[in-house]
Amino acid sequence: MNELFFENHAIVVPGDKLATGHFKYGSGVVRQDNNYYATVVGLFRDRGDYISVKSLKGKYLPRAGDLVIGLVVDVGLTNWILDIGSPYVGVLTSMNAVTKRFDPVMADARKIFDVGDIVLAKIVAFDRTKDPNLSTKERGLGKLKGGRVIEIEAAHIPRVIGKKGSMINMIKRLTRCQIITGQNGRIWVQGKKIQDELRAIEAIKKIEREAHTQNLTNRINEFLNSKR
Amino acid sequence: MAGDGSVKLIDEKTGKRTDGRKFNELRPTKIEVGVLNNADGSALIYMGNNKILAAVYGPRELHPKHLALPDRALVQCYYRMSTFSVAERKSPAPSRREREISKVISDALNSVILTKDFPRTTIDIYIQVLQADGGTRCASLTAACTALADAGIPMRGIISGVATGLVNDTVVLDLHDIEDQKGSGDIPIGYSATLDEISLLQLDGVFTIKQFEEAVKLAIEGAKQIYEIQKKALREKYALIRAEFAGESEEEEAEEEDTIEIVSQSLAESEASVDETAIDEVESEELEEKKTEEFSEVEEVSEVEEVSEVEEQDLVSDIAKELNDELDDEKELEEDITSLETGEPEKNNEAITDDSSESVENETEHKEIDDLEE
Repeated sequence: MNELFFENHAIVVPGDKLATGHFKYGSGVVRQDNNYYATVVGLFRDRGDYISVKSLKGKYLPRAGDLVIGLVVDVGLTNWILDIGSPYVGVLTSMNAVTKRFDPVMADARKIFDVGDIVLAKIVAFDRTKDPNLSTKERGLGKLKGGRVIEIEAAHIPRVIGKKGSMINMIKRLTRCQIITGQNGRIWVQGKKIQDELRAIEAIKKIEREAHTQNLTNRINEFLNSKR
Repeated sequence: MAGDGSVKLIDEKTGKRTDGRKFNELRPTKIEVGVLNNADGSALIYMGNNKILAAVYGPRELHPKHLALPDRALVQCYYRMSTFSVAERKSPAPSRREREISKVISDALNSVILTKDFPRTTIDIYIQVLQADGGTRCASLTAACTALADAGIPMRGIISGVATGLVNDTVVLDLHDIEDQKGSGDIPIGYSATLDEISLLQLDGVFTIKQFEEAVKLAIEGAKQIYEIQKKALREKYALIRAEFAGESEEEEAEEEDTIEIVSQSLAESEASVDETAIDEVESEELEEKKTEEFSEVEEVSEVEEVSEVEEQDLVSDIAKELNDELDDEKELEEDITSLETGEPEKNNEAITDDSSESVENETEHKEIDDLEE
């Protein structure tokens, strides 16, 4: 006796009874007996026998493998503490930051990353009992120089990227900016002209506000063209 | 606080109260959500002449650290009355009453928040009473819970607070200030309509058992009405933005599938690989290799031809984006796994065998979507 009480993409709030019967369920859903309830404000997603609620707001929770943009808030002898916009601070150890052996007596950690630096890092491990471990060892990771960083809801990052990167590539093309998105809701934007950067940021803010609506890619396209 | 009940507060002929309400009628109540920009979540409640603002921060790092709980989040509530909230200036120093209300509200909220999702953190709720007219602890609880939902904090349900009391030996709903002070008793109740759970219950005054039962029943009726208002306020915030773009062309149908973007795709992929994590690992390794290859290509190009920095950066950000995409996939996979794990163990096998067929389904769905797009 499977029964759904909401349409796909409906806005649900905590406590809403989503379904009764036997379903597989993902984030934003709790089960009590054979009833399924929403736990967050979000969009109901119905994929046959799998139901979930896509949250529209909330703090970023680190996951191993995520790419994040962090702000260095503290420097230790052999490690850096990064604010990654989540309830837990990111820990970057020298082992995960430099390929060569790091000797705290000879080298100065501040010469690699100093307080206030913006760092693109990858989350190596996180299990909630300890603060997440970061790494900047891979190519392309490390300090981000210049540009601007904006913060949006982490939940809306997939929307900014779009299907197969359609949205982000369009913004890049139309604003001629380089854009790096962190899963933690921070986006780094750098353009040749300030106006370009501002246009890209405006577009991203628009996506954040309208993340739960349809036909967004076309609207952003129109928006960027009208602003040109 | 309760009076002796000697003051006449209910008209004997009409059965109406001093403000013209019936015994089972709520005051006009309105909730606004997301009124503060700097808080993670916020709500403003108007309940009769009550005006109460609730702001939620968190989950966030807890200081001092020794207060942190190893297995769940700490819920800290700060209820404060403004000096101008009552007729006679309230001293700004935190009173015994404020500390008590802070405690009962945080205890009530603790019962619905899924605190185990955020160990070692704190969820701070600041409640500021701007104008008080009786029943502020209930209205505060309502506002706090709505603000928590607005902040995206996972909860089992939403608590609605309402008081019932004894006025001239009649049980009435939602006491205002005069009834609160001159009536002969009141019962504030926090009730979750969907869970059918009482999370806060206090009693002041003297009730017979029959009156008490009646009062609780009445409060539950009232809380259900408030729950509807809370739901409406939370939905409206997003529904209004959505409405701006409603009624656009028919294309939307095809485009609608676009909203699920990466997710549907990753679902198909990840579900197919749930039962074979080993394969998944191999795959991800391959992907890693691909990435590094790409990177080295970038390097070579820049070395040989001195391609402008911009292009190189572009490639870097492209790769970053790709990483992102993959991460999304992995995320969905993890979610799947958790859902499978949380399911009953016997069902696991069944679920997994279902997977293969479902992934096929999803794929076909995909093709449909692609077709529509083209």
